[in-house]
Amino acid sequence: MLSSNREKKQYQQLVEQKSPKTPLFRNMVVAFIVGGLICILGQILINYFIDRGMNLQDARGAETVILVFLAALFTGLGWYDRLGEFAGAGSIVPITGFANSIVSPAMEFKREGYVLGVGARMFTVAGPVLVYGTVISFFVGVITWLF
Amino acid sequence: MAVLRGDHVLKRVGNSTIYFQNPPVILSSAAIGGKKEGEGPLGKDFDLIIDDSLYGEKSWEKAECKMLKEAAQLAVNKAGLTLDDIDYFLAGDLLNQIITANFTARDLEIPFIGIYGACSTIMEGTALASILIDGGFAQNVLVATSSHHQTAERQYRAPNEQGVKHKPTAQWTVTAAGAAVISREGNGPCVTHATFGRVIDLGIMAPDDMGAAMAPAAADTIARHLNDTQRTPGDYDLMCSGDLASVGKGIVETLLEQKGINVGNKYTDGGVLIYDLETQNEVMAGGSGCGCIGSLMCGHFMKEMKKGTYQRLLLMGTGALLSPTSSLQGESIPGVAHAITVEMNPGKQGGS
Repeated sequence: MLSSNREKKQYQQLVEQKSPKTPLFRNMVVAFIVGGLICILGQILINYFIDRGMNLQDARGAETVILVFLAALFTGLGWYDRLGEFAGAGSIVPITGFANSIVSPAMEFKREGYVLGVGARMFTVAGPVLVYGTVISFFVGVITWLF
Repeated sequence: MAVLRGDHVLKRVGNSTIYFQNPPVILSSAAIGGKKEGEGPLGKDFDLIIDDSLYGEKSWEKAECKMLKEAAQLAVNKAGLTLDDIDYFLAGDLLNQIITANFTARDLEIPFIGIYGACSTIMEGTALASILIDGGFAQNVLVATSSHHQTAERQYRAPNEQGVKHKPTAQWTVTAAGAAVISREGNGPCVTHATFGRVIDLGIMAPDDMGAAMAPAAADTIARHLNDTQRTPGDYDLMCSGDLASVGKGIVETLLEQKGINVGNKYTDGGVLIYDLETQNEVMAGGSGCGCIGSLMCGHFMKEMKKGTYQRLLLMGTGALLSPTSSLQGESIPGVAHAITVEMNPGKQGGS
């Protein structure tokens, strides 16, 4: 039975009144701290590689590789989802969250085989980021070329 | 007592509630739960707790099948029957094409009626089984249902290892299975009434707000049941909905109040009962899934009835009728709720 718009609106108000609010402030503080710690770790790695004689660009590459590896490892050990539940955007936004979003479906769909499972489903979460990231970089490229 | 339609006397009371002339008996039942359910406040009421989410199998789907099959087998054994004594097997679950129930039926080799009522499945099954029995089509019917946290998570939401944050209104899919043998004769709690639900949609869109999506259907079924049977909440020891969890439960109480029904302390919800919301706070608003009220009915409530804690219960299953596809295409979430009255010694109490 579909209800009228007026009933739906009234009900929506009741639901909002009865639902616990997302603790936005707490979530933002935790996300800031955890996200910040991940970035500090990245910076420490960059500084370390520069100290060891790498140039900035290579040091950034090496840092990314290590963070992605750690995120993949922690996903495999079943720790990263717990971090995500605790930190929210703090562990989703950095590159480690991107790694987690690719490794977790890869693990999940292994049981459906390496081709139609892992291969086909690995980018179910990260796919949109890659697609629209590529589209945007195309337009940025065109703009750079024109001006 | 009975409703007259033309020359036919229907086994009905009021507008839409079924009244069983010879109330079928819930002869035996069995419940299996996962680790988290075992750690919950009703953990002791499960016949078996599975610590490993894979249950020794290669996939979570296979583990869920094994769990459902063992619950079914256990219920039959407890009744002192064999699978040959069972006329029909009624089962359903949450996975696409109800594969858990189908594959369990493949092993049990009993005539199988697959049903889907999302998380209301156990009540839908028990009501249908009672109809089959009181209608004279069966002697013993096996009903069963299951849900599994990981299989539901990967089908409806995100990969299990993905680090996402849940809203406070989100619910935790229960890993559990429940099975019951409903019979024409024997001793035990009896099914006296059944009220099938109407599908109601008040426009809730968010899949992590399922309690709110199902609450209007639950309130509607309770109100229609009480109206049909001319009863009040006071006539029941307890009325329990399926898996609305803390948010949906609060909404049902308000909706019933708006209809002039004050449930007081006579109403609770399976999603709230199955976990300790204080200490197991990762479940957010509470439990959900077929296995929630499925295992509570077949475990906790049957045990308590046999102990004498409850004489008359209204047990209700609540289902959110969504699919990942419907949600992505912008459809709202319809809800349904099916209720049964379960009573010890219905003759003595003189059900209306």
